[in-house]
Amino acid sequence: MEKMPKWADAVLVPLLSLLMAAILSAIVIFAIGEDPVAAFKLMVDGALMRSAGWGYTLYYATNFIFTGLAVSVAFHARLFNIGGEGQAMLGGLGVALVCLYIPWPHWTLAIIGASIGGAIFGAAWAFAPAYLQAKRGSHVVITTIMFNYIAYSVLNYLLVNVLIAKGSMDPATPKFPEATHLPTFRDMFSTADTILFRGSPANVSFFLALFACVFVWLLIWRTRLGYEIRAFGHSDTAANYAGISAVRITIVTMLISGALAGLMAVNTTQGEAERLILNPTEGAGFIGIAVALMGRNHPVGVFIAALLFGFLYQGGAELALWTNIPRELIVVIQALVILFTGALDNMVRMPLERLFLAFRRKEAR
Amino acid sequence: MTLMQKFLGAAAAVALSGGAALAEPALIFDLGGKFDKSFNEAAFGGAQRWAEESGGAFREIELQSEAQREQALRRFAEAGSNPIVMTGFAFGNVLSEVAPDYPDTKFAIIDMVVDAPNVRSVVFNEHEGSYLVGMMAAMASKSGTVGFIGGMDIPLIRKFACGYVQGVKAVNPDATVIQNMTGTTPAAWNDPVKGSELTKAQIGQGADVVYAAAGGTGVGVLQTTADEGILSIGVDSNQNYLHPGKVLTSMMKRVDNAVYEAMKSGTDLETGINVMGIANGGIDYALDEHNAALVDEAMKAAVDAAKAKIASGELQVHDYMSDNSCPAE
Repeated sequence: MEKMPKWADAVLVPLLSLLMAAILSAIVIFAIGEDPVAAFKLMVDGALMRSAGWGYTLYYATNFIFTGLAVSVAFHARLFNIGGEGQAMLGGLGVALVCLYIPWPHWTLAIIGASIGGAIFGAAWAFAPAYLQAKRGSHVVITTIMFNYIAYSVLNYLLVNVLIAKGSMDPATPKFPEATHLPTFRDMFSTADTILFRGSPANVSFFLALFACVFVWLLIWRTRLGYEIRAFGHSDTAANYAGISAVRITIVTMLISGALAGLMAVNTTQGEAERLILNPTEGAGFIGIAVALMGRNHPVGVFIAALLFGFLYQGGAELALWTNIPRELIVVIQALVILFTGALDNMVRMPLERLFLAFRRKEAR
Repeated sequence: MTLMQKFLGAAAAVALSGGAALAEPALIFDLGGKFDKSFNEAAFGGAQRWAEESGGAFREIELQSEAQREQALRRFAEAGSNPIVMTGFAFGNVLSEVAPDYPDTKFAIIDMVVDAPNVRSVVFNEHEGSYLVGMMAAMASKSGTVGFIGGMDIPLIRKFACGYVQGVKAVNPDATVIQNMTGTTPAAWNDPVKGSELTKAQIGQGADVVYAAAGGTGVGVLQTTADEGILSIGVDSNQNYLHPGKVLTSMMKRVDNAVYEAMKSGTDLETGINVMGIANGGIDYALDEHNAALVDEAMKAAVDAAKAKIASGELQVHDYMSDNSCPAE
């Protein structure tokens, strides 16, 4: 029997968690002598009330959708892919190589090429941990974390020694050629007399992220492979008995997961920076874990959670711009939300479940 | 000013952008953070000095991510901040794109040249100051071996190293200079532990004066030299006070002056390239009560003589960045 109705599981639990995080954040802000109400208003205003604010919110959200989906797909096979960060970094390398060394005539072709490049590099980076898990039983959590550091060092080496722009002090590649630049929301939605999304980095890859959401939904719930992934996730012995190869599912799932993480680079590297910089992911790989947890590993949930985290990132930037709240405390606020929605999920869920059970017993009587 | 007032002010400024400007200056710190005891902190000091003297206020932000560089620039510009000062070469790329969009706003960038009609590019002759402290290091050293620890391995830091080596060799042509860089990434600006390890390694090779040009990493270098009983040389800010009697001197790069001047001139900020060197007080070595006992008359006389010669142009210190090579090793 279900312990509580679906709507409570999908909506009420995250909402209550958010509320608790908000209350704690308010106390923190109050404790350093700032006004929590004004701070919240500032966040909403800066992130949602201006088109440029939305431009940033959606830009961050795009990153989190990709990394959130990456974690979700792996999680359906009960594989905990902590390596989104490294896979996205390598994805950035793939995107950069495609953009720099292939003379693209137009961005529409370049984005397809870059997506393939990013996905292949991301997937390739996930392959080694997947293989080790499938064939040798090395736990994927440990290996993917270690691969994050290796990815960072690889990128560091390549940027400092090979790809660096000549005469530059910044360890970054030269700018990508003009033809590969993706249209931003400003280019797409501004009319002659009203300029929307001015100066904000949101670009066409947001729609790529939406496609990815649909793709993941189709994959997990509408294909044979998705069924096998879920069956394997629920019980690997039962899956084995039904003739599903554990090795194949582990590797294929991780490859898809890595490819999704790698796609994030289309947004950051090709869309925003238009060159490959040293830290192209900025922690989005790790935020993806929280997004997937909060979104219950469903593409719709991931999309909403990614929007929320996008809002937190952009709102946090606004706080840093216009208040005296130090940036470390903004990180604290973001961390509180992750803590409550991700790690302390059961703190809200268990009492709520008990509440619903008690309620039902009363009704049954 | 309470938060609410600030918020209203910001909202009003956004509403008015393009029209009447508030003309409040703004300062953007690089990812290293405001309190690095060195480069960024010097900038903050200059801004504070301006605020105290003029009674004005300035906006500031410590960045959290790369995407915020452009965001901070645009938001401050749209809110009417003028001039907008930023610290560090990493802003160069972004500023060259943003500056043309706000022709009425003046920008000042430190350590980088950006060619735009509304940008003041402040660059320093670090090689001249490094030459002076190099001379002092050679005179203070008993072993004839001195050390240099750089932050991130970039041409700018090699410029420091090259000037330093030239100064050392000018005093003692047989001296050995051990050079180490902390790393190849921006993380090298804030790695005091590695700075400490490199210092110990250099001491093991006989160095008894170590010059740190490494931002926050230098804190570890200065600490270790003080613990091991040898001398160190600070950088950017006057760091003599960190370990009184243990820091020989500091190569002062007056980032604070650059920020102060920019904020003081306000909207009348003179644009173009502004080279700060020994001649105009942008570069100097530090002498105060904390290191007075370490600097004897002969040393002071020699360094001041060299300083005067550099200022008059009689003595040319080779600039590594002019041809990406150094005549002295």
